[in-house]
This record gives sequence, C-alpha cells and structure tokens, in this order.
Amino acid sequence: MRIEISSQRLQSDFVKKVEEISGQSLLSCNQCGKCSAGCPMSFAMDFLPNQIIRLAQLGLEGDVATSKTVWLCASCLICTIRCPRGVDLGRVMEALRLITLRKNIDYMEASKISADTLSELPQIALVGGFRKHTA
Amino acid sequence: MDLSYYPGCTLKTQAKGLEDATIASMAILGINMVEIQRWNCCGAAYSLADDDLAHHLAPVRNLIRVSEQGANKVGTLCSFCYNTLKRANLLMQKDGEKRKTLNDFMEEEMDYNGEVEVVHILEVLRDEIGWGNIEEKVKVPLRGMRIAPYYGCTLLRPQEVAIDEVERPTILHRLIETIGAEAVDFPFATECCGSFQIVSNPDSVTQRAWDILSLALRREAEALVLTCPLCYFNLGQRQKILVRRHSDFKGIPIFYFSQLLALSLQLDPQVCHFELSYGDPLLLLKGKKLVP
Repeated sequence: MRIEISSQRLQSDFVKKVEEISGQSLLSCNQCGKCSAGCPMSFAMDFLPNQIIRLAQLGLEGDVATSKTVWLCASCLICTIRCPRGVDLGRVMEALRLITLRKNIDYMEASKISADTLSELPQIALVGGFRKHTA
Repeated sequence: MDLSYYPGCTLKTQAKGLEDATIASMAILGINMVEIQRWNCCGAAYSLADDDLAHHLAPVRNLIRVSEQGANKVGTLCSFCYNTLKRANLLMQKDGEKRKTLNDFMEEEMDYNGEVEVVHILEVLRDEIGWGNIEEKVKVPLRGMRIAPYYGCTLLRPQEVAIDEVERPTILHRLIETIGAEAVDFPFATECCGSFQIVSNPDSVTQRAWDILSLALRREAEALVLTCPLCYFNLGQRQKILVRRHSDFKGIPIFYFSQLLALSLQLDPQVCHFELSYGDPLLLLKGKKLVP
C-alpha cells in the first residue's frame, strides 16, 4: 500500500502524545521487524506491528486510526519481550488505542453482544475486552 | 501451612474446576488455601498507559486486603489475576511517585508499599512443595497419557513477572512428568490464544485455536494442559466450530493443571467439575481408566 507523506500530513503533536501515554521513545525502533515476525495476530492485520510503529514515528495519525492493527493486538507482549531495541510495543499499541478511545470512539458496542454470548463468556474475557476496546 | 488465596471472578463461575481441584490437591500436599475476605475484580487487563492510574486501584485494593488480613504472601490461580496483581505490586514497590498518588487517592485504606508477595500456585508446587514430594503423594500415575503443556501469555510476560524461563518454560512439563504422564513439546506452547479478542474478533480466535490445537495433535498429544480460564474457553469452546470446519478434526480435551493433579492424587473427580468442560474430557479419562 502506498502512503503519501507530506509536511501537511505529518503531525508531531501526535508523536508527542503517543510517547507521553506509552512512556516509549518511538524513534528507538529501527524497523527490524522482529515484533511482526512473532506476532500471533499478524495474520489478521492490515499493517504489521512494525509498520504501525513506522506510521507513528512519522506522525501519520489518520493512517494509524483507520488501521485494524491496534484493535487486533491481544496485548500478549511477545513483541515487548523480544524487541532488541527495548521498545515496549504493548504500551505503544495501548497508547494508540487510547488516543481513539479518549475521543469517545468505541471499537466495540457492548449492546451488540448477544445474550447467549454474554452468559457464555468468562468474566475475564468481558472485562478485558471492555477495557481494551471501549472508552 | 496456611496460604492466603485470591480466586478472582471466573474461578467462581466457569473455572470452578480449576479452583476446587486446586484447593483439594493442595490440602493433600499440606497447604491450606485461605480465601481472602472482601476481594474485588483484579481488573483483568493491566493498564499499559503511563497516565492511567485509576485501573491500578482494583488490583492494589486486593493486595491491601491480603496485607490487612495478616498475610505477606498471596497465591493466585487465574493467569490474568496473577498478572495484574503481580504487576500492580511491582508498580507499588518501584514507582514512588505513582505509589504516593494511589495511596493518597485511597484515603480510606492503609498505605501500601508492595509488602505482599504475589505467587502463582504452580510456583508453590515447584518451589515450596517440590516435585519430589508431589511424586511421593501420587497414587494414580497418569501413565501413557501424552499431554501438551500450554503456557499462554500472562504467566510469562512481561519478563519481570515470568514464573519461568520466558521463551522456554518447563514448569508445566515438570508437573506433567511428576504425575506420571508424558509432556509433549510443541512450538505454540507460549503463543497467545487470542485472549479477550474473543469478544470483538471471535474469528481471529478461532484461527488461533486451530493453529495451536492442530499442531498439538500433529505431535500426537492426547490433551492440552493449562492454567488460564480464558485460554481454556478459547481453546475449548472454539472446537465446536473447528469440528464443523475441518472434517478430520475430532477435538482434543483441555484440562486445568490441577484437574490432572487431583486425579493423580486419587481425589474424587467431582472436585474437577468436568461438567463445565467443553467437549468430552471424560472419554479420554475413562479410556485411560482414570475415572470410573
């Protein structure tokens, strides 16, 4: 996929926000791709985890916001323990989700979960899901 | 010996088998698990945002309960609870500024500085009871049973809360061998099952379950053993779909580690609550003459 990079599209306040919420330095990532190699959810993602970090480094907020990737991250932290540059990707993914959720935009609608599913799912699934996917 | 114990929500519902089988087994092994009073939900997902302290309150309040009830150690069973309690505790030990903010906010509570030690029951089995002592108590070795240990994520990651070697854990392997069964190595043992994505993206979890289960089967495992109620659900309940989707897939039983431990200690199978299983684990157990 081609992405247009121009001075108008680069938002440095976005980079600052991600770094503040995650406590991580985005530029520490040198795009080695180890995170994407180990990611168990990458098969379902549109952008790979390292590509999301690249978009975030460049300040391309809109492209990150429309990608499915951060919503498919299960916070399993394989990337976090393997990153040779010490970037805690789990925290970066969380920051990217929160930037959307804090605009009161939910990824999931609780009311759309069927009664059967609700009664069947373990509480940790529901609480975890709401925590990660709702404002 | 008494051990303070935090169950968490799911152990009182779907994962009753994990709880009852553990309490009964630990009693045989000399440890009396004492449930802490007035516990609340652990929060399930540890907050990964630097500016979000509110979500640490739930796990920290549980640690305060343990401390004010006179214990300096708490055992956990659910992998999610273990992770949130352990991580929140580390935060309270290491981050003075956040600790102060949290303590100030919880005005009605005693000040907490991370005094309680958070452990998973598997660690108690390994480090306090010891494999040799467990082996001596085994009355019905699970001979000839090929079991794949499945660790999942939250017992091992991040590094600072890992109960074992992060990339090559052996604690479940050792337990399987201790109770007389054969541990089957397979490359998905520490890979995520899809976790809470079962709520919003269930299809991705179905795919994860297939990857994990089909590989365990290819290694000729007869069952999977694990600790986490969410892995148990995702890898168990998704099999209904997988059986329809893959004609050669007949299902594979999933067990909590303590269910198999309890059977090897010749405890009443009722403590295992097999009625809450997905699929039919009894078929395998009856074939092995482990249950009547």
